[in-house]
Parts: sequence; structure tokens; C-alpha cells
Amino acid sequence: MADHAQDRPDPLVPLSPGAAMAVITYRNYTTYKRFWKLFVTGFLEPVFYLFSIGIGVGQLIDSFQFNGQTIPYADFVAPGMLAASAFNGALMDSTYNVFFKLKYDKLYDQMLATPLTTADVARGEILWGQLRGASYSAAFLLVMLAMGMIHSWWAILALPAALLIGFAFSAVCMGLTTYMKSFQDFDKITLLQLPMFLFSATFFPITAFDGVTRWIVEATPLYRGVVLCRELTTGALSWASAVSVIYLVVMGVLGLILVRRRLDKLLLT
Amino acid sequence: MANQLPISVGIGRQMDYWWTVFKRTWRGGIISSFGAPLFYVLGMGVLLGGFIEGDPDQLEGATSYLAFIVPGLVAAHAMQLAVEETTYPVMGGIKWHKTYHAQLATPLSARDVVNAHLVFVLSRVASACAVFMLVLAPFGVFESWWGPILAFFVQVLVGMAFGTVIFGISARMTSEQGFGLIFRIGVVPLMLFSGAFFPISNLGVVLEWLARVTPLWHGVNLSRMLCLDTMDWSLAGIHLLVLVAVTAFGWWFAIRGLEKRMVD
Repeated sequence: MADHAQDRPDPLVPLSPGAAMAVITYRNYTTYKRFWKLFVTGFLEPVFYLFSIGIGVGQLIDSFQFNGQTIPYADFVAPGMLAASAFNGALMDSTYNVFFKLKYDKLYDQMLATPLTTADVARGEILWGQLRGASYSAAFLLVMLAMGMIHSWWAILALPAALLIGFAFSAVCMGLTTYMKSFQDFDKITLLQLPMFLFSATFFPITAFDGVTRWIVEATPLYRGVVLCRELTTGALSWASAVSVIYLVVMGVLGLILVRRRLDKLLLT
Repeated sequence: MANQLPISVGIGRQMDYWWTVFKRTWRGGIISSFGAPLFYVLGMGVLLGGFIEGDPDQLEGATSYLAFIVPGLVAAHAMQLAVEETTYPVMGGIKWHKTYHAQLATPLSARDVVNAHLVFVLSRVASACAVFMLVLAPFGVFESWWGPILAFFVQVLVGMAFGTVIFGISARMTSEQGFGLIFRIGVVPLMLFSGAFFPISNLGVVLEWLARVTPLWHGVNLSRMLCLDTMDWSLAGIHLLVLVAVTAFGWWFAIRGLEKRMVD
């Protein structure tokens, strides 16, 4: 009897952050197993885009200059797709899914009735999105490698770079989702998502813009992510790469703080 | 059914219902109807197109990349809208809101319920395509005045071909999980590989023939031939035949699907 009591965690002592994340991840894994087809096919989307735009449209385009290197169009688009897919995946996970859990499933209310805290919920949900995103990004990088689109050992760092993009957007978007009142508000997300996806120099060089427009595009987080991935897979790194990294880290941390505050306000008061 | 209503009466009796649905939901549809394709026209057509040489030999007769992708993009958009309108809303009618149950408890038959819903889809697709073609007209992407008008009807037909077939599939599905798959391994690859963004001859022989058998390619190519005035009338006849045949099959398939699910 006494032995059993020792095995079991004391319900009054909060879990360590690591243990809490493990519990939430296990929960997500259990429920997500039912949707494995969606999980597997999610990987296909960026690959389809790569084949269609990179190769199909690529035959209409001469090669591009990037940081002093001449690269074929497909090799130019591929890292953009890697970044954009991390971005799209993070957005889906941290908006629709979180909104549904928050508002309809009341999942977070239930979690907070256990020793989990709001910070645990935020970290746990973001970690899950990251695990999913990491598997997609890794698979996509393997496709790029198989097709001879990787030109530098720096490309190994493209995986953590994709994760960083996912983390930054997950945290901020999850924070913003807590302000949403109905599914109609998701139109506003599409309104931001689609232009970011199309105009962040994913499909064409930043030289398509000039003046203020170019400055604005360069200041958007997805552009920073796209350039970072492109610099890594082509090996054309510069000091600006560090700016992108710091930008995304700061964005993610601010997002996490926001999520925690908002969940505290929504669920604990 | 012993005494079935005439088709027009069956549809007419549901007009007020669908009008109410429209009045309550049109705002939400603005971004998906008009915003999304506009962004694609700007991003792909104008900005990416700036890096592509306007060589008619490479672009199926178009003198700019913008002129090349617009007709295909609108056709692909018609498909996308029609699929959106016949997946979750159909499941809603059967399973969540159960509006079809209510409608079928009146003298309306499954045929009437399907027809009225499809008329609603038709009006959504037609209005979105019409706005698009009108907005793009001043940009010099059309080669004649009559071609784009006919192309508009082709785009609506593309919408109906997909709308009817997907309605039939949705009516037979028990869980909404399949919709995610329809989009990911149906709609997205069709949009990307059916000649909307690049000539399908760029795909290589095998994939090119695969693209040729998709209904979307028939719509994209017909729409493009009309807009660019590069008509090949016998090929146009085949395109039209395929689209009409798919729509006719889809219509029957949708009615039969709803009957099996809810009436038999």
C-alpha cells in the first residue's frame, strides 16, 4: 500500500514542465491516431507544390541569382516551400484546432482541472504542432536531397530553422486565436495567411518588389523564414541570417507569454 | 414516389430557404470567393509572371504569363468553390443541422433537395467567376469579346461537374474526415497539375496524358482557348462533351446517393 502511494504523484504538487508536456503529448498522440490518413497526406501538399511550381512553372523561367549564386528555379522554390509548409502547418494547428478545443471541446478547461497549468497547456500544444511539423519538414528535406536540390551541409540546419518558423507562428497564432469569438473570424486569418504565403518571396526573388513594399516584405516573419531556409539549403549564409533567427525567436517567446496570459484570463478568472 | 413535384416547383419551394442561407453567410464567403483568387492573380500572374518571358510558343499562344494563367485559374477556382459548397454543407444537411431531414419530411423528394442545393452552388460559382472575368477584362488578358463570355459558361460548367460528383460522394460519406483527403489528394493536385499554372506538356509524356484525362484540364483548356482565341473546334467539342457527361453522371449520382442515404 505504501509503495503504491509513492509511485503515484502527489496531486497537490504541480507536475514539472517536462512531465506536463509528456502527458499532453501522449494525449494528443492517442487522439490523433484516428486521423493518421490526414497526418500522412499532410506531407504531400508541399511536395505537390514543389513539383507543380518548381518544375512545371520552372521550365518557363531562367535561373535566378541568390546571394551571388546562380540557382535553377526549382532549387530556389524548394526552400521557400519548406518554410511555407512549416508556416501553414503551424497556422492550422494553432488556429482551427486550438479554437475548437478551447471553445467546443472545452479541452483546456478539463486539462486545468488536473495539476496542469496554463503554461503547460501552451507549451504542450505547441510541442505537438512542432512534432508534426518536424516530421513533415524532415521528409521534405529528404525529397529535396533525393532530387539534388541541396547544395550545402548547412542544409542540416534547415530542419531546426523550419521548426523555429513553426514555433514562432504557433505561439503568436495560438495567442491570437484566444481573441476569436466565432469561426467567421478565421476569414481574417486567411486574409493574412494567403498574401504572406504568396508574397514572401516564396515563388520569386525579393527583387520583384521595390521601395516601401520591399521593405515591408522584408520585415514580415515568413519572409525571414523563407530567406533563412534558402540561405541554408544553398549555403549562401550571411549575417542577415542571424537577424532572421533572432527575429523568429523573439516572436515565438512573445507569443508564448501572450498565450499564457490569455489562457489565465479566459480560463482561470 | 407516386406524385412527384415538377422539377421547377421542387426547386422553387426551397428558394426562400437558400435565400436566407445566402443572406446569413455571404460575408464569410467574400474572402474565399474573391480575395483568394485575386491574391493568386497578383502573386503568380503579375509578380512571378514578371520573371517569365511572354513567349506564345511556350505559353499555348498567350503573350504574357498573366494572360496564360487567368483562364485556368478561374476554372480551377470554380472547381474549388463547388467542392467547398458540396462537402461540409451536404454533411451538415444530413448529419449536423439535419435540414435535409426537414425538407424530406415535406412533399419534396431527394431529387428536389439535391436540385435546389445545386442551384445555390451554381449561383455561388457563377457570381464568383463573373466578378473575376469582369475585373480582369481591363488588363488586356482576353483576345476577343465573345471568348471570355463563353469561357465564363465553361467555368460554371466546371463548377457543376465537380459540384454534382462531390455532392454524390458527400451524400455517401459517414464522417467528415474524408473531406480533408478530398482536398489534399483531389482538389490540390488537380489545381496544381491540370494546366492552370503551366502547359501540361511540361509534365513529360506520361503525366501529360494523366492530366489530359482529368475533368479540370478539359475545363482549363477550353476556357483558355476561348480567352486567347486559339480555338480548335473539334477539341473544344470533346472538352464540352466530357464536362457535360461528368455533370450529367454527377447529377444522377448525387440524387441516387441522397435517396439511398435518406429515403430508401
